[in-house]
Amino acid sequence: MGNALVWLIWIVAAFGCLGSAVAVISFGNPFFSALALIANLASLAVLYLLADAEFLAAAQVLVYAGAVMVMFLFVIGYLGGRADAPFAGGPSWVALASVLASAALLIEIVVVIGLKADDALTNAADVEAAFGSPAEIGRIFLTDHLLAFEITSIVLLVAAVGGVILGTRTRAEQELEETDARA
Amino acid sequence: MLGPDVSWYLVIAGVLFSIGAFGVLLRRSPLIVLLSLEIMLNAANLTLISFARLHGEHDGQIFALAVMAVAASEVVVGLGIIVAMSRRKLALDVDELRTLRG
Repeated sequence: MGNALVWLIWIVAAFGCLGSAVAVISFGNPFFSALALIANLASLAVLYLLADAEFLAAAQVLVYAGAVMVMFLFVIGYLGGRADAPFAGGPSWVALASVLASAALLIEIVVVIGLKADDALTNAADVEAAFGSPAEIGRIFLTDHLLAFEITSIVLLVAAVGGVILGTRTRAEQELEETDARA
Repeated sequence: MLGPDVSWYLVIAGVLFSIGAFGVLLRRSPLIVLLSLEIMLNAANLTLISFARLHGEHDGQIFALAVMAVAASEVVVGLGIIVAMSRRKLALDVDELRTLRG
């Protein structure tokens, strides 16, 4: 694949990624925001692919754009996405302060990277074709990083148990529903 | 490495992180705050993957996979809390939920 083609794909993916991120925070309806986040995750997967992280790109599409976002859309459908217009009624103090705070964050990040890096970021290491492939990731996950693998499974188990506990009706909620039914 | 340098990936990640932080600060719907948090987590993932590519080591990619698992867990618990809030007829507005404020 030619260098120019890679640049073209990169630019499309990067602008898609930034544009859909802006769309996520500016839509009033949470349903549209979730759809924009799916586009954001998909274009990030393209960037991962260009950075030689094939397995992570696949995991991103399967786990994030697939499983996590379907769960999000189910909850938004269940709650009936209520719109709150973020930019209605002119600029507020909250909006102004948020812009200042996030701009400060961005400048800090860029300054830190720019000052620390000099030209250390220009020459990426040469890697073989198998870099980032499922086989390589799996081998390293089950040898060097076995502890991280096991802890990840425990985190997921705890989250599943927590989700079940949060999802069960408590006595207070049952009483609330009964008073609602009587009223 | 074909295409842009790693520094361009890092710039995208930085801008993405700021957009996510802006969303978390600005929006009042807890659902959209969670979505913005996902943007921030993904910006961090992009940074990890770029540095993994720069050094030619897999450790950053393993870290990014762990971040994905943590993000999935966070979404489960966050959405569970939001559903529990709506079942208790609490307003879905993070500005209204100030019981814990001192």
